[in-house]
Amino acid sequence: MATRRAFLAGLACASLPRLSWADAGSPAYLAAGKLGEDSFVLHGISAVGQSLFQIDLPARGHAAAAHPERPEAVAFARRPGTFALVLNCVTGLVSHRLTPPEGRQFNGHGAFSADGSVLMTSEVIAEGSEGRMGLWDATSYTRIGEWASGGIGPHDIKRLADGRLVVANGGIRTDPGDRTKLNIDTMRPNLTLLSARGEILDQAELDAELRQNSIRHLALLGDDVAFAMQWEGDEAEPVPQLGLWRPGTTPRLCPPTEADAFAMQGYAGSIAAAGGQIAITSPVGGVLMMFSDQGAPLATLRRADVCGVARAEAGFVATDGQGAVWSCTTAGLQPLSHQATAWDNHLIALG
Amino acid sequence: MIRFTALALGFGLTAFPALADLKQAVEGQLTPGYAAFAKASADLAAVAQMDCTPEAVRPAWNAAYDAWLSVSFYHLGPVEEDGRALAIHFWPDPKGLGAKAQRALLTGDAAALEPAAFADQSVAARGLMGLERLLYPEAPLEGDACPLIRATATDLARMAAEVNAAWPGYAATLMTAGEPGNAAFLTPQEALQALFTQGASGLEAIVDQQLGRPLGSFDKPHPERAESRVSGRSQRNVVLMLQALRGFAAALDDKSPLTMVAMDRAIGLAEKLDDPAFASVGEPQGHLRVEIVQQAVKAARDAMIAEMAPALGVDLGFNSQDGD
Repeated sequence: MATRRAFLAGLACASLPRLSWADAGSPAYLAAGKLGEDSFVLHGISAVGQSLFQIDLPARGHAAAAHPERPEAVAFARRPGTFALVLNCVTGLVSHRLTPPEGRQFNGHGAFSADGSVLMTSEVIAEGSEGRMGLWDATSYTRIGEWASGGIGPHDIKRLADGRLVVANGGIRTDPGDRTKLNIDTMRPNLTLLSARGEILDQAELDAELRQNSIRHLALLGDDVAFAMQWEGDEAEPVPQLGLWRPGTTPRLCPPTEADAFAMQGYAGSIAAAGGQIAITSPVGGVLMMFSDQGAPLATLRRADVCGVARAEAGFVATDGQGAVWSCTTAGLQPLSHQATAWDNHLIALG
Repeated sequence: MIRFTALALGFGLTAFPALADLKQAVEGQLTPGYAAFAKASADLAAVAQMDCTPEAVRPAWNAAYDAWLSVSFYHLGPVEEDGRALAIHFWPDPKGLGAKAQRALLTGDAAALEPAAFADQSVAARGLMGLERLLYPEAPLEGDACPLIRATATDLARMAAEVNAAWPGYAATLMTAGEPGNAAFLTPQEALQALFTQGASGLEAIVDQQLGRPLGSFDKPHPERAESRVSGRSQRNVVLMLQALRGFAAALDDKSPLTMVAMDRAIGLAEKLDDPAFASVGEPQGHLRVEIVQQAVKAARDAMIAEMAPALGVDLGFNSQDGD
């Protein structure tokens, strides 16, 4: 540590070379977690699942967004979020604290523009849960504007390579003070494609009988957007948790095998896509399901409280609430590390 | 601000006295439970072969159903492979998938009833609930039910035997939690937490499903949604499931008196209902009585989480309780 501190002090004195992710130990992933009874943290995690650094958070985190070049991560509070912290992942210091404008709440996810100049945050108007994309200058981290998200209760957002944005509008109106769901009978989630300037280019909804399937998390694979859902309807009805959407076409649902129809218990918590495969997780069901990029079920892996998942060099890496990090392939799960931090919902791949 | 974190090491089984109870829960309840279910299912299949009339098969079916309910709350290991638990006990089925699939089997090609082919039929059509529709038909069945009764009973016996045969391997995985090479449970505490979660989820299922579905709401009760209403087993199922869960919880931790008191109260109230098919939930008094049982089961679950979880050093899971 002393050596590291001296190195950092040296950096501060010298004419500063621009810091890169390599200076933060080249983490491959970021993940929020809980340590002990009431301590919340953000970790940088290596490609082989080892924690490289740990930074304190003031409250429970959810997801994070990594700057494309600078070793800078924005950690988002769990919704209804009152903060997002810009963290310098080399020094571990908070460089900026973002607070949503009056009457707005962060919803746990965000993304940077391709050039890293703008941070976009998933937000709701607290009263009514109408969705917004908050826009922040990614140098000064001041608010520069906002767009409509195209629906109620936006959750995950992903930037396509060409700068367009996909938003998962979960459709659920929540109480401004807590997480109570207010419109389960009438909810209508959608997928919205926004231009790089915030214009709504396309929107897709599910069939009427699946409108209680809240579209919440996204992963990109080629021209397709894979989306993960959480079922708010009768838990005895077998409904898919995975879908594929190519903008301009109708979303396609990807059910599991009949034997696994209820393995996720209607709940997908995270999604990732890589190497021609898609992984979705259910901490409730204690399963990670792998599908082909066409949506055909490939494997069902079991692990209690598994939720975070991200692409890896081979297959996926997943995290669970018991502190373990796993390598996941269709052949099974292999533990990579195990420690005291209970990993929270999401594992964010960098780069 | 930046701390470098070390690997936590697994603890030996002896480090936690409570972990001896893991062995007790596995060997005292689950191992004999699966054996008894396999035996009762084999008996059922044999009876159906000899005489497939509903009157002849019903007692053996009820015995197999009873045996299943002593382990039905538990969903880890061989029962969750190949959709076995789902096929053994496909309920609830609000869309009537089972009856629909069975109609096709009753009137279709007999080749589908051959054991290998039948194992690939819809989980909704098979198992205990499939047999119930054939043994207690609400309307006359199309075609001869006998071959389908035999095929379903044989298939149930097959699944029960497979679970029973594979169980010792999974029991060993639970018992060697935390040992090198055990990638399913990285510490003994994880195995204990997995079992505890099964117990708490079992109580939750009774609240939400077995009691919650027929109860509906006070203004809109649904007696027609009661589990095994046609065989008049709805109340019996709740009692047997509660008794199994009480035994399991006591094996996990016999030093949680509040939990045991709450469980006993729920069992006592469920036994006293005198409403075999929960038909009375359609009337205000009957609804209230079943709702009181539901509240007692909820209280038992709350007690288990408040008292037993800290005693065992476990919780219900960080992400699974989150919902986002």
